Amino acid sequence: MLVQFYNVSKIYPNGVKALDDISLKIDRGEFLFLMGPSGAGKSTLIKMLFREELPTRGQIFVASRSIVRMKRSEVPLLRRNMGIVFQDFKLLENKTVAENIAFAMKVVGASNRDIRQRVPEVINMVGLKGKENCLPTELSGGEQQRVGIARALANQPLMLIADEPTGNLDMETSQEIMELLFDINRKGTTVIMATHARELVKQAHKRVIMLERGRIVNDTPHGESLV
Amino acid sequence: MRLSNILYFFREAAKSLSRNRLLTFATISTVTICILILGMAVLLSLNAERFMSRLESDVQMIAFLDRSLSDAEIDEVQEEIEKIDGIKSIKFVSRDESLRELQETYGSQYDLKATLGKNPLPHTFEIEAKNPQDVPKIAELVYRIPGVYKVNYGQGVVERLFQVTHWVRIISLAFIIVLAAGAVFLIATTTRLSVFARRKEIYLMKLIGATDWFIRWPFFIEGIFLGVVGSLLAVALLAAGYGALLQNITSMAIITLVSDMAVLGKVYLALVGTGAVLGVLGTYISLNRFLNV
Repeated sequence: MLVQFYNVSKIYPNGVKALDDISLKIDRGEFLFLMGPSGAGKSTLIKMLFREELPTRGQIFVASRSIVRMKRSEVPLLRRNMGIVFQDFKLLENKTVAENIAFAMKVVGASNRDIRQRVPEVINMVGLKGKENCLPTELSGGEQQRVGIARALANQPLMLIADEPTGNLDMETSQEIMELLFDINRKGTTVIMATHARELVKQAHKRVIMLERGRIVNDTPHGESLV
Repeated sequence: MRLSNILYFFREAAKSLSRNRLLTFATISTVTICILILGMAVLLSLNAERFMSRLESDVQMIAFLDRSLSDAEIDEVQEEIEKIDGIKSIKFVSRDESLRELQETYGSQYDLKATLGKNPLPHTFEIEAKNPQDVPKIAELVYRIPGVYKVNYGQGVVERLFQVTHWVRIISLAFIIVLAAGAVFLIATTTRLSVFARRKEIYLMKLIGATDWFIRWPFFIEGIFLGVVGSLLAVALLAAGYGALLQNITSMAIITLVSDMAVLGKVYLALVGTGAVLGVLGTYISLNRFLNV
């Protein structure tokens, strides 16, 4: 098991109950969609995976380590197991494509030699060969998200966590990004993706967890709930 | 730590400093002014301290002896005084010597001996204490020795002097602490702006799995740089100013300033060190809030 949630609840200081007694398991190599209306708790659940938020009650394990009991100093090591893809890409505007990816390796202490070797690899993987020296502003939205994915993959994570990765993209580009994510999943990386995009999920035939008002209302292994 | 990381930290710090040139300049000047005032306060209190300890060490006791004592009895009194703890020196001054000294202060036109008939002065001991603060206590002990009929040490004045020097020390220390706090606040404000400008980058680094120290280092180097450069400028100005003061004032000789290069060097070094510490402290204060992700 890669991820385990046991009776997890989250109540924010302002009294909002974001998650209500959630239990779930995610296996290594799975591809999982998190769906549900805004405010259903998708983002909170995702943020707990990399410990940006802690549960108010319950227990969470990632790669057999308790997130709740983890020391502050151990959090960076936890996060190095994960690649995070953002809706708004979060690329550094003043750095080129290659520099953005190298940056992610640099900040976890990779050697220059590893960086020189790995950066072209992931640029190839996401299909951006030839754009290494472009600035993010010179790229289309889809291309920018590819850089975001390449950056998330640079440190060879166990899982890829994507919060609305296609939220800012048109349908066609979104489908391309999905293909890329499936491809990454086929190579063994677990992918967890929160999304609103019903069409994309429907086509995918992957596991879908539906959240509503902080509760899991449906968990289907191949997206049957959407048909 | 990897060498390439260290180079990276310095490069990031340099980039940030040159990107916000105006802010860098403003901070360095405020640090310079702060350390300059701090340095002046330190030099002032150093000189005041020196002046006060000289005043204090000038405090000595004079024990007046009964006129009826024989030479043997005088020796006994001396032995008794020497037994008291905390005495630095004791010097016998005979009544003839005292009269001669007195005569010198009056000059030659006025013959004391002729006027007074015989020498009215008693034999005395001049006693110095190791620690000037002990003078009143020692005087009391000396006074109890038989054969001593009076001990003078400027009663009242000495106690007042010690009270004044005590307060001067406390006030100058408080002044220095307030100034240092002001400098920390200024550096914190500057680095907060530079941290704020890069908060998205810091958030991203945190989520990618950078350790807090990896994120902190470039900012610390930035803070230390601002603190050290600012204080170096201040020390240069201070050393030039104080040097000029020394040259002009030694001719006056009434006030002697601290001019020992070893002491001054330590003060200047400590000021630069203070600049560096203030830089680190200021950065630490403004950075920690953004690392809590």
